[in-house]
Amino acid sequence: MEHWLPFIFVCVMGIALLAYVILDGYDLGIGILLPFGNDEEKDRMIAAIGPFWDANETWIVLGIGILLIAFPKAYGLVLTSLYIPVTAMLMGLTLRGVAFDFRVKAGAEKKKRWDVLFFAGSLVAAMAQGWMLGDYITGLGNAGVNQLFSILIAMTMPALYVMLGGAWLLIKASGTLHDKAIRWCRLALLPMGLALLLVSIATPIVSDEIATRWFTLPNAIGLMPIPLACALCFAGMFYLLRQPHIVKSGYGWLVFGALVVICLMAAIGLAFSIFPWIVLGKLTIWEAAAASDSLLFTLIGTLVTLPMIIGYTIFVYRIFSGKAEALSYE
Amino acid sequence: MDHEALLLSRLQFAANISFHILFPTITVGLSWILLFFRTRFTLTGDQTWEYAYQFWVKIFALTFALGVVSGITMSFQFGTNWPGFMERAGNIAGPLLGYEVLTAFFMEASFLGVMLFGKDRVSNGLHLFACAVVAVGTCFSAFWILSLNSWMHTPAGYRIEDGVFYVANWWDVIFNPSFPVRFVHMINASLLTAAFLIAGISAWRVRGRVDGPATWLVLKTGVVMAAVLAPLQIFLGDLHGLNTLEHQPAKIAAMEAVWETERAAPFTLLGWPDESTGETRFAVRIPYAASLILTHDANGEVRGLNEFEGRHPPVAIVFWSFRVMVGMGVLMCLVAFWCAWELWRQGTLGKLPLTALSWMTFSGWIAVLAGWYVTEVGRQPWIIQGLLRADEVVASHPGGTVLGTLVAWLVLYVFLLVSYIGTLRYLSRKPARSLALLHEYGTAKPDAPAGAA
Ligand code: HDD
Ligand code: HEM
Ligand code: HEM
Repeated sequence: MEHWLPFIFVCVMGIALLAYVILDGYDLGIGILLPFGNDEEKDRMIAAIGPFWDANETWIVLGIGILLIAFPKAYGLVLTSLYIPVTAMLMGLTLRGVAFDFRVKAGAEKKKRWDVLFFAGSLVAAMAQGWMLGDYITGLGNAGVNQLFSILIAMTMPALYVMLGGAWLLIKASGTLHDKAIRWCRLALLPMGLALLLVSIATPIVSDEIATRWFTLPNAIGLMPIPLACALCFAGMFYLLRQPHIVKSGYGWLVFGALVVICLMAAIGLAFSIFPWIVLGKLTIWEAAAASDSLLFTLIGTLVTLPMIIGYTIFVYRIFSGKAEALSYE
Repeated sequence: MDHEALLLSRLQFAANISFHILFPTITVGLSWILLFFRTRFTLTGDQTWEYAYQFWVKIFALTFALGVVSGITMSFQFGTNWPGFMERAGNIAGPLLGYEVLTAFFMEASFLGVMLFGKDRVSNGLHLFACAVVAVGTCFSAFWILSLNSWMHTPAGYRIEDGVFYVANWWDVIFNPSFPVRFVHMINASLLTAAFLIAGISAWRVRGRVDGPATWLVLKTGVVMAAVLAPLQIFLGDLHGLNTLEHQPAKIAAMEAVWETERAAPFTLLGWPDESTGETRFAVRIPYAASLILTHDANGEVRGLNEFEGRHPPVAIVFWSFRVMVGMGVLMCLVAFWCAWELWRQGTLGKLPLTALSWMTFSGWIAVLAGWYVTEVGRQPWIIQGLLRADEVVASHPGGTVLGTLVAWLVLYVFLLVSYIGTLRYLSRKPARSLALLHEYGTAKPDAPAGAA
């Protein structure tokens, strides 16, 4: 048990962060897309994420919470090293989280200002998360190459989120907004693909440790499904987005599904690259783990509550299923 | 240790948590008030309650959003500024924070969506249920975080090995000695804050002649709540003080500016505590009162600061914060009684009490902040009472970096606070619509001119 507890928690943390990237990813993406809608479309874009964003954002609190609970040493090390990007992300999330509410309440003349802040906050948060990911993968070092790599990921993360946001609108929107969403997805697809490719190539270059894992023989074959699945999903989206009539006849969710698969594959790949480190080259999950009693105490709660959380999350998504424009704000 | 970084980290933490607590204080109380409005509507079918709900749920949603985003910042702060805290006490603090996320945050956040946007999509019963879940969720959240905070004041159920804390007994950790009183005092503070908020804004609407029948209903609810809860809060505060006397006597000595241990100690009503000379200048004293309040015996012994040489908190801040909180509490009690009396006698309120109520709109905020300053500054120099000092766990960022982020946060917070209060004013100035419009209102579009959510 001693041995398994940290492993179980690192898995739960991974799942929470993956859920965060997908779920908050789509609402951050819609924030980044907001300036491209007209006034009426903006309201509908916001309506498409209104009931969900808060719960979506809670997944990062869980992710960071598990880092804190299960790996207190890593929590301190990671967050002090990432001080600046974390602060930038928090400020971005703060601005966008409130802009949301202020835009409809503060009075018509102020709405534009809050829309701009919603967009800016979403973009800053997305880029800061990319920056954090970049720093993290390179073991929190600050050599020149590492910085460059972090900047690269910071620039590309928004593309993934825009794609997720667009795909969410394929499910939630109709009419002209739906047409626009197809166009946005088409435009974002290539940058996103390029970004994924770049990151995949750059990671082994920046980290020898990761390179040896991917390019030694038995591994290399075992890992093939990951790039293959990504390529397949990518091709699928590429095709679908050029067939608007298929998307329009209710298959918009396929695009979102393909993105989920890509995120999942990326997460598995990343986990494989890093395990058993929690901070690459510095701390393993066992070195950083909290006391077993404390982990066990939390595990019991997690086993009871996580299924409930998933249960009512699905329940809430079902309540708000269907197109979003009929959403009343009362 | 870099003194500058320590001071700046403290200031930054204080700024962030002070900003955060403003909003939970309102949401914890307001969620129950909203549940009450919805329940009354469901039971009586009286549309006025529904109208009251619809007005206040907007303010609730805005407040909740501010609470969520500032709370997310809090959960990162421990790592970015106090990494040593989690390295030393993570075995205890981690699970408590974890349970808060698992049992409270997801529940509040998910059902909030249903509460705010789901009225047309779910049955009235289910909607009522969602409101109840949100209200209970906010209290769960307060439960866990206050348990952790109380544990830092009155640690129990732990053992220490090589400077690291381990849990000996979870029950003792969670229900540590100061937790029960702190929890009830805080929950009651939230309800009281929300009561004055709704009464104050309603009074303001009456004075601005934009009131409708629902405004008066809300006003009465607020006044009645305040008249019951304000005296209760004073009683709970007394219990809290006795608990502190037992576990953190240095804090009490600072709160009362008792410099030397003495019997038949007088209570210092006002004055200027001067640490360099060890006396209180310009003191206005009530003989025997301190002994009476603290030991419930006019000749009881009160321990003075002289017993805690070098290990007691800064006296003036604690002394004054305490007086602000208690002063506010007494003022709230008086205003609430006065208004309740007038309402009972005349069925309405005159200009003077209405003015008083609208001035008191944010009185809860002042008392809550003052209360937390007593509590937290009163714990100094400890981060965990008697066991761990703050300077042992602070992160070693360059002072300039922390200064930069601190300034940025302050700018952001001032901006958001101004926007929040501005928006409350804006919403409160809108004329109440007549009840006849209520039916259309229920299905209004988001950007309907009459005021969307
Ligand atoms: C008395 C109650 C109380 C106190 C002392 C605190 N909080 Fe809080 N917090 C709440 C009561 C609350 C709440 C009522 O549950 C909030 C406010 C609005 C909301 O959404 O939930 C909340 C929100 C909230 C959130 C966002 C939850 C979400 O994503 O939905 C986080 C991460 C925290 N808090 C964390 C903290 C930390 C780390 C604190 C201390 C250092 C803290 N809170 C003090
Ligand atoms: C919610 C209302 C709260 C307010 C207004 C508040 C206020 C403050 C203030 C003013 C300080 C700085 C004291 C000083 O350095 O002189 C402080 C310190 C601190 N508080 Fe709180 N606090 C609150 C709740 C909490 C809670 C719930 C926790 C933990 C669960 C907490 C943990 C800490 C820590 C870790 C420090 C930093 C170390 C220190 O300076 O002692 N606080 N708080
Ligand atoms: C009028 C009589 C009151 C008394 C005698 C009283 C007493 C106290 C005491 C002794 C503490 C410090 C406890 C400690 O840390 O050891 C405290 C803290 C606090 N008080 Fe009061 N209080 C009163 C009124 C109020 C009012 C009206 C409010 C807000 C509406 C309030 C809100 C708080 C809060 C938020 C704290 C900090 C959290 C805590 O430790 O509970 N108090 N109070």
